[in-house]
Amino acid sequence: MSVVITAVILFVLLRLLPGDPANALVSVGADAAQIEAARKQVGSDLPLYEQFLRFAGSLARFDLGQSFVSGAPVLDEIGKRLIVTVPLTLMAFVVAIAIAVPLGILSVIRQNRWYGALISVISQLGIAIPVFWIGILLVTVFAVNLRLFPSGGFPSRGWLVPGKALQSLVLPVATIAMVMSASLIRYVRSATQDVLGSDYLRTARALGATFTEALIRHGIRNGAVPVISVLGIELASTLLGAVVVERVFALPGLGSMLLLGIEQRDYPNVQGVLFVSTLLVLLVGFAADLIQRLIDPRLRGRISGGGA
Amino acid sequence: MSRSKTRNLVLTTALAAALAWVSPVLAAESDPDATVNIGSLYEPQNLDNTAGAGQGINEAFNGNVYEALFRLTDAGTVEPSLAKDTKVSEDGLTYTFTLQSGVTFHSGAPLTSKDVKFSIERVTAEASKSSRKNSLKTITGVETPDDATVVVKLASRSISLPYNLSYVWIANDEATDFQSKEDGTGPYALQEWRRGSSLAIARFDKYWGEKPKNAEVVFQYFTEATALNNALLTGAVDIITSVQSPDSLAQFKDNPEFTVSEGKSTTKLLLAYNDRVAPFDNVKVRKALARGIDDAKLLKAVWGDYGTLIGSFVPPTDAWYADLTKVDAYDPESAKALLKEAGYPDGFTFTIDTPNYDPHPIAAQFIQSELAKIGVKVEINVITANEWYTKVYKAHDFQATLQEHVNHRDIVFYGNPDFYWGYNNPKVVDLIKQAEASATEAEQTEKLKEANTIIAEDAASNWFYLYPQIVVSKATVSGYPLNGLNSQFFAYGITKAE
Repeated sequence: MSVVITAVILFVLLRLLPGDPANALVSVGADAAQIEAARKQVGSDLPLYEQFLRFAGSLARFDLGQSFVSGAPVLDEIGKRLIVTVPLTLMAFVVAIAIAVPLGILSVIRQNRWYGALISVISQLGIAIPVFWIGILLVTVFAVNLRLFPSGGFPSRGWLVPGKALQSLVLPVATIAMVMSASLIRYVRSATQDVLGSDYLRTARALGATFTEALIRHGIRNGAVPVISVLGIELASTLLGAVVVERVFALPGLGSMLLLGIEQRDYPNVQGVLFVSTLLVLLVGFAADLIQRLIDPRLRGRISGGGA
Repeated sequence: MSRSKTRNLVLTTALAAALAWVSPVLAAESDPDATVNIGSLYEPQNLDNTAGAGQGINEAFNGNVYEALFRLTDAGTVEPSLAKDTKVSEDGLTYTFTLQSGVTFHSGAPLTSKDVKFSIERVTAEASKSSRKNSLKTITGVETPDDATVVVKLASRSISLPYNLSYVWIANDEATDFQSKEDGTGPYALQEWRRGSSLAIARFDKYWGEKPKNAEVVFQYFTEATALNNALLTGAVDIITSVQSPDSLAQFKDNPEFTVSEGKSTTKLLLAYNDRVAPFDNVKVRKALARGIDDAKLLKAVWGDYGTLIGSFVPPTDAWYADLTKVDAYDPESAKALLKEAGYPDGFTFTIDTPNYDPHPIAAQFIQSELAKIGVKVEINVITANEWYTKVYKAHDFQATLQEHVNHRDIVFYGNPDFYWGYNNPKVVDLIKQAEASATEAEQTEKLKEANTIIAEDAASNWFYLYPQIVVSKATVSGYPLNGLNSQFFAYGITKAE
């Protein structure tokens, strides 16, 4: 159902934009007949309801069509973009968790030490600084001055040269991970605070567990549940939010495909990207749900309870 | 590559100390199997120059992957390419071309006259979206008496035919997919195109002409000028085809690792009025606005010390150029007087449709503040390139618009009263028609020069300046074209020493 609603909203919003996809096919010098021919080719001369029926029909067959501008099948193109965007997002995600979880917990249990406070300050800063600025900063320091990593681009042979491909993703991954971990730290922090004040932790301590034991055995498991739902949302938004980073680092990802598609009114490309990313977001949400249920038996109970 | 490195090292050790003057010779000791990385902001949208691929396809493919019967050189002259010999009949209506022999397509098929016929008809066909279609409409038929001979018949004389044919890529007549594949005769064949990122072309070993001086050329595409500059700074690319802002030049200019060169471009920035509607149908109003804007100050603001002022639509590289910057030169007092004469003593208000990419928004603001001084109020309406086509180009629904025009020899647009700016002077229409029907180039030049002068006197549009064409490369790279006429970028002469 959400897929159908998405499809309708997509179609309507795109058609509300002024302009015509046929314009991408002509250039200064084209005459009226040529422009008409271009409109016919992309179907923008048809009435709206007919355009929608065509769109819905092909969607039902999971045929995302061909780009108006390049003529390339949309699904192929999305596939080629996903092999950049998905590794980029996942790696950034893992790195962000690796940074945020220990730091978030540390900032609570050591909040009276100087580094506990420092972590909070840095995470505030990280949230305030725009992502492109961090990207440019990293490029200036690590690419232009230190020459450690490429400043941007993705090898033309892609993952066939895995070393080079990985290298080109280091700075973009770092950029996204920094921004993502900044906000994650705050969630981990508040989840930890809740856990520390909880009865079960006090009980565990009373039963003889050390503070660290109690925190690891009971605290993390309990604190993880709300954090995971936030993680799911973060991951989903990063999939498309990578567009800024992709632009700064000239990466051929999903976000840059979407941006170009909107500029050119290349409806099939835009619809395709948004449609696939909607699916991805739903998938991520589903996965987050599953993981939460694995961790917390009470949620499993809720499901069977609802079914009974 | 490592072999030539060793060789260079040996040479250097042996000679460097004693013979400092030899260094240019050493620099010429280039690697014939080098890969040249070219950084550009213009990724083609598809691989077909007749289907809205954008200027990027000319940059990557013209002369590199595809060839035509003629070639527009970097100096602006038209030379034979696949046409070895050309005979023109007395009346100028029949052209007989003899093709080069031993030419093969990248697929291996030999070039025959049928391929040429197919290629010309692909551009002139009913369904063709080529912006060049109009300039070839005088062609009434293409005949192929034998495999090496092509006869082109015209309805009227066309002095620019060889020039116009320099855009007609000769492709194998068996080819069907032009948008994502190619089958040309050029010195390079397409190797790999990764959309959104790069396009690689590799030396074609069976090329009929002189072998390229490098083995592979990779065009790396960027959407951000800063990212492009960083790529050159870090050595990821060897050349930037056209620098789009003077600010970024500072980091390359005083650095011996890089070479900065300025060539001639054909890209013009202008304020086009809708000459059909009031008050722009009044020549006095148009002249007044031309006098009210200080072009030199605008150029300085956008480009610093680069770029060239123009007084009409014709760049200095064309034979029919005349220095018309004195016509309606900056003079706010006389601008006010002219407005009064035209019946607008208190000025008027109009809207400029402004493309949302550089330098248009800045230029629009500058014009707004300049014209305010002569009592004319400007409203700025920012639109995307796509909307521009629908609103301005097709519907003519505008008062004035800022636009950059990239093409070479596009003065002919002023001979078309249906063009978006709606300039209609029968004398000019006639002159441009006659110029095309000229028997000699001298006659063509004379006619176009006259048309050019009338257009300037009429202030048909308000022309500001010619963009500079700045190429920056690593100092170890040379042999690239400088002028980028029509966005071409011939790669076969580029050498890279390592």
